Amino acid sequence: MAKERKKEKRNFVYPQIPKTPTGITGLDEITQGGIPKGRPTLICGEAGCGKTLLSLEFITRGALEFNEPGVFMAFEEKSEELAMNVASLGFDLHKLQADKKIKIDYVHIDRSEIEETGEYDLDGLFIRLGYAIDSIGAKRVVLDTIENLFSGLSNQAILRAELRRLFHWLKEKGVTAIITGERGHGVSLTRQGLEEYVSDCVILLDHRVINQISTRRLRIVKYRGTVHGTNEYPFLIDEDGISVLPVTSLKLEKEVSSERIPSGIPALDNMLGGKGFFKGSSILVSGTAGTGKTSIAACLANESCNQKKRCLYFAFEESPNQIIRNMKSIDIHLQKHLDKGLLKFHASRPTLHGLEEHLVAMHKLIKKFDPDVVILDPITNLVTIGSVSEVKSMLIRLIDFLLEEQLTVMFTALSLNTVINEQTDEGVSSLVDTWLSVRDIEFNGERNRGMYIMKSRGMKHSNQVREFIITDKGIDLVDVYLGPEGILTGSAREAQKLQEQTEIALRDSAIELKNREIDRKRKVLEAKIAGLQSEFESAEEELNRIYVQEDLVKKIKESNRQKITGLRRGQEDTVKKKEKR
Amino acid sequence: MSELRQAHEFDEDKDGGSYVLRLLVTGASPNSTRAISNLKEICETHLKGKYELEIVDVYQQPFIAESEQIIALPLLIKKSPLPQKRMIGDMSDIEKVLRSLSLPAK
Repeated sequence: MAKERKKEKRNFVYPQIPKTPTGITGLDEITQGGIPKGRPTLICGEAGCGKTLLSLEFITRGALEFNEPGVFMAFEEKSEELAMNVASLGFDLHKLQADKKIKIDYVHIDRSEIEETGEYDLDGLFIRLGYAIDSIGAKRVVLDTIENLFSGLSNQAILRAELRRLFHWLKEKGVTAIITGERGHGVSLTRQGLEEYVSDCVILLDHRVINQISTRRLRIVKYRGTVHGTNEYPFLIDEDGISVLPVTSLKLEKEVSSERIPSGIPALDNMLGGKGFFKGSSILVSGTAGTGKTSIAACLANESCNQKKRCLYFAFEESPNQIIRNMKSIDIHLQKHLDKGLLKFHASRPTLHGLEEHLVAMHKLIKKFDPDVVILDPITNLVTIGSVSEVKSMLIRLIDFLLEEQLTVMFTALSLNTVINEQTDEGVSSLVDTWLSVRDIEFNGERNRGMYIMKSRGMKHSNQVREFIITDKGIDLVDVYLGPEGILTGSAREAQKLQEQTEIALRDSAIELKNREIDRKRKVLEAKIAGLQSEFESAEEELNRIYVQEDLVKKIKESNRQKITGLRRGQEDTVKKKEKR
Repeated sequence: MSELRQAHEFDEDKDGGSYVLRLLVTGASPNSTRAISNLKEICETHLKGKYELEIVDVYQQPFIAESEQIIALPLLIKKSPLPQKRMIGDMSDIEKVLRSLSLPAK
């Protein structure tokens, strides 16, 4: 059974309600296929949030891409105006109308021109719509904005009853309809409560200005009988129409490469297992102001251009000329790459657009230029136009996109304090594959730069702090002095080396002194030992002397006794025996 | 109800003004039937001999719906004398109809 479930999961065979693809970038992904087929969908939002454009794009894309003719019933704008509005998107409404692919019907309604003289119904609208649908065999219908009826006609009771009838009628006709409505006040989605008639799918568009920068967002409020993304998705209107950008793509199924890209700094490559970054990985360089982040980025740009790879450099802080001039001073010549067309700068102030527009601008440039390496310098500046979480979500999408395209990307980020947090300001540190941190080490009246590799996924990397030196020959990394007094860099490192030599000399002489003292002590001890020994010898001699004396006394006594016995002439045998012994 | 009824009761009279009216209806729906009879009565009472009334069934000529900017029906269009006037409803509010036709209420 588990196996069966697994299989089902892999194949995604869930019964779904039939859907009509809108053809709008990203929207079909969120709705997992489009809006409900043969049913009305309500799109509501405030003025100027793109309702008309979205619905018009639905019609034109339907006609162009899915071969589904559509009727656009406009209550607000005339057919001419609409055609002009979408001409910039490359849609030729006149031609489509002539080809009977779409039909635009402008409904003019003006209260001052109409007198109400009793009971009426909206049969006229029904006939008109029905005729339009039948004349081109339409599968798609847009009513934009049907609420205008309420301003033209005063009998609300009739209107409401007729609207209900209209939506039923649309369902019976089997057309996929989009009805737009102005956002109402308070909790209601539309001014006239259209949501009570259209209940299958409701999409809310929103246009918000935060910190003077506007962002459009789209949310699916409800969608019966299907799973859908419930988040607020930012969307954009530009020359290609509407693009909804799903915050994250639903899958993490990127191709990976084990090819390496050198960083342009040989010593850094050594730190990264000797070969550099992975191709298609994301690299974050963070550090305080003036630590050389841009220089590292320029090194990478220079190196990849030297290898005939294309590099796209997004500068949010400096102008291209400024970067080129500044990098010349460290022997990095970018101008020649620029002339060859391998390098491209795109400099813009972050405040130029909202975050989403930046993202789309980047998307487009990347698609157009087709680079191998992308540099964003610095991403921190984007925070000025969006909150941290917005920047993060934008960067996630950007990283997703870049990784899908197998591009290597380097971000630089300015950290405002010298304390290295586990998180960067933009919270992207968990997303990136390699994180380099450049840090000022202030010591002894000097500021020196230290570089760490905070992380580098999938490679053996050095865990050491290196001193990061910017010379007029380029960037180099040297081992810093790690001593009992901490990390020493710059002249302090040199001073420490000298001091160490002195210390060694001093220590050597001290050892010599000690050795001599031990020698002397040994001599004293030896002398003492000799004294004691001679003392012992004299004592021993004394004792020996006593023994000898006693022996002598004994012998003398014996001989005396023998003599006495001889004199007595007795016990000669015993004496002889004793003599023998 | 397929007939296209036209009432030609045209008379070059002393006022010099002749009324050209067009009534758009949807078949024999209750609203339409009421509108036709109400309007006929009004015309006969107030405009006897100086009006031209065309009654159109929109079901038969759906293309008219777009060209005439029709939304609500029944619709009465006063084409002449100028200014053009449009009235919707079953013409049961006679006062309003008369005012819109610039006729004095009696």
